[in-house]
Amino acid sequence: MTRGKLDLDPVTVRKARALARKAGRPIVNLAKKHTTVSVERATLRMAGLAGADGDGIPWANRLLDVVRADVGLEHGVALPVWDALVRNEAEDLATLAQKAGAGSVTFRIPEGRDAIRARAAARRQVGAGLKRIDARRRERDRMIKRHGDAPRTPWIYLIVATGDIMEDIPQAQQAAREGADVIAVIRSTGQSLLDYVPEGATREGFAGTYATQENFRLMRAALDESSAELGRYVRLTNYASGLCMPEIATLAGLERLDMMLNDSMYGILFRDINPIRTFVDQRFSRQVHARAGIIINTGEDNYLTTADAVEAAHTVTTSQLLNEFFAKEAGLEDWQLGLGHAFEIDPDLPNSFRLELAHALLARELFPDAPLKWMPPTRHMSGDVFRGNLLDGFFNLVGSLTGQGILLVGMMTEAVVTPWLSDRDIALQNVRYVLNATGDLHEDFRPAPDGFIANRARQVLGETIDLLEAIVDTEQHPGGLLDAIADGTFGLMRRPADAGRGLDGVAKKSSAYYNPATELLEEAQ
Amino acid sequence: MTIVRPYGDTTGDGMVQLSFTLPVPHSKVADGAAVQLANKMGMDPALVVHSKPMGPDFTFFVVYGRVNHLVDTSKVEVVERDYPLLTPKEVNAAVKRGLRRRLVVVGGCIGTDAHTVGIDAIMNIKGFAGEKGLEYYRELKVVNLGAQVSVPQLVERARAEKADAVLVSQVVTQRDAHLLNTREMSAAFREAYPADRRPLLVVGGPRFDETMARELGVDRVFGRGTTPGEVASFIVHRIAPPSKGVAA
Repeated sequence: MTRGKLDLDPVTVRKARALARKAGRPIVNLAKKHTTVSVERATLRMAGLAGADGDGIPWANRLLDVVRADVGLEHGVALPVWDALVRNEAEDLATLAQKAGAGSVTFRIPEGRDAIRARAAARRQVGAGLKRIDARRRERDRMIKRHGDAPRTPWIYLIVATGDIMEDIPQAQQAAREGADVIAVIRSTGQSLLDYVPEGATREGFAGTYATQENFRLMRAALDESSAELGRYVRLTNYASGLCMPEIATLAGLERLDMMLNDSMYGILFRDINPIRTFVDQRFSRQVHARAGIIINTGEDNYLTTADAVEAAHTVTTSQLLNEFFAKEAGLEDWQLGLGHAFEIDPDLPNSFRLELAHALLARELFPDAPLKWMPPTRHMSGDVFRGNLLDGFFNLVGSLTGQGILLVGMMTEAVVTPWLSDRDIALQNVRYVLNATGDLHEDFRPAPDGFIANRARQVLGETIDLLEAIVDTEQHPGGLLDAIADGTFGLMRRPADAGRGLDGVAKKSSAYYNPATELLEEAQ
Repeated sequence: MTIVRPYGDTTGDGMVQLSFTLPVPHSKVADGAAVQLANKMGMDPALVVHSKPMGPDFTFFVVYGRVNHLVDTSKVEVVERDYPLLTPKEVNAAVKRGLRRRLVVVGGCIGTDAHTVGIDAIMNIKGFAGEKGLEYYRELKVVNLGAQVSVPQLVERARAEKADAVLVSQVVTQRDAHLLNTREMSAAFREAYPADRRPLLVVGGPRFDETMARELGVDRVFGRGTTPGEVASFIVHRIAPPSKGVAA
């Protein structure tokens, strides 16, 4: 293995990974011992339960709520539901959900031969759903072969966010024509705190558009048209985060989304979602993404919106290592790891650009086979659009010099307005100029072995190791990573394990617990 | 001299720059339309220095020109600071003398707003623009609830902490969410407290109009660029004014 441009010490790098594993392992064990309402609902959705009642409450929620009231959450939804189906309480899942909603079905935990039959039936039906996800993955591969892939890296990633899927579609298609390789449909603010997935095509949202199965389907179909028109496969991104993360991940797999925002700790830190709820939901959604061939984007850039980008640089690296561990554990491969980081250093700081280069190159060299998601400046975008455009240019330059895989296009009007048509045009002009002008400059760019950049990268890696050691140090953090999250290690947010939203949707698995989705996903690994 | 006009490179030249998009294909007609718009906006002469197609149906323009408007600075209405700016030391001394206990400040971002940049800049010890945040003030007890706090949660916490002042930050402004949220918040506090016991309500964010305090039902609105020292000085001025400590 080559030692790269920063000449990072392989022993140190191995040590950092070993520490991340040590910090992450207890979290995985914790996740394995628990289930959540959303994991169980995702299992129902995988088995094909869709739609909602007259009030817009999804049948997955209605059914799970009745099962939970009858027999609890701790055994999982599969045994009681498929036991009822085997007993001919209803001819299919949808009817069962309606009957359960009307109060005409009582659920039980089957035993002995009944349990075996229920398990087999559940496994068969959920397995059929997984096969649909597999088919969508093959379909993506075929389309990339037919239309071609993005013409270069970094892939150019653009956001649409009107709140109305019918407005989003022409905007997304126009963005693709203007050069976007990846379209992200930002979600309505607050969706992450809904404990259900809204249903149908939606035309109202706050600062974004609701993630629904129908919206996913409509946008993917529109981008399939664009892919054919442009002769390159245009990818679609959404957000597997918040209280319904496992369900959103499942819907993404079923509707052939290509990338999903999916960070191991974001919900805890920035949405105040209970840590255990998040880690359980995370593991399941990552297993689904792994299976569906979806690239995940992690959210380290967010830490730098609340903490100082120089002082907290090592928390980004630490989180990347943790995200990598959790991702690999869940079966994701290197090409699926869009580990996040951002250009957020105060531009008034001397050498701020060199520091950015050092941090970005460190991420590149620590994770040589991961695409890396490079996020533009937001915190120091002041409303001075001229300065903002310059900053975005330097951001693009770092992206080119350090071989970032996915480049989110920065807008000079960040912090002023949601991007105008002209803002997007100017921003893309900026990206195109920098990428064209620099070409393969990264081939010529070799920081001096003991220069500022190499030393800074080594320093950040050293601080990362110190932080990981502190996280696994049983005196400082008897509860390991959970304690570190509780005391404000990441993004300066303090999030104790026994607080936060969604805790009432978590249950410790009983000895009878059965979930065919988890079983099938883990068998494949 | 209160009458002024924009300054390009000579006093009184009235030069301004402007950029905009018209839903018109790039053409001579489009350029002419841009000049017409600029003329109607008071720019004469107006020079289209840049026009560029954005897709088949839109054109983007940069226009330079001379405006014929005058502005009178004596007729501008702004909220001037009507309280003395104190150092952290003076704030601490005033609280100690006026309240004989620590002054409690509860803050957060309400609604679905997840942007804590503003509230953190004011409350976190790190501060903003070279000034330390409220956590730095020894005599202030600061409770930062962070992002996405619901109004009932905020009221409940303010009561539990016996808050003297409540700070709310709002960054997201889509569909006037910042105004709606602020009104909901001030109404909830009016409902939960007798008028004379209600904590001081302070709201801030980059898109607020500082003259809207009364309309929003709060005691003060702070706009872009407000520093922690200004907020601390205002709170102390209203709750424990330094010079009138005995009289109050």
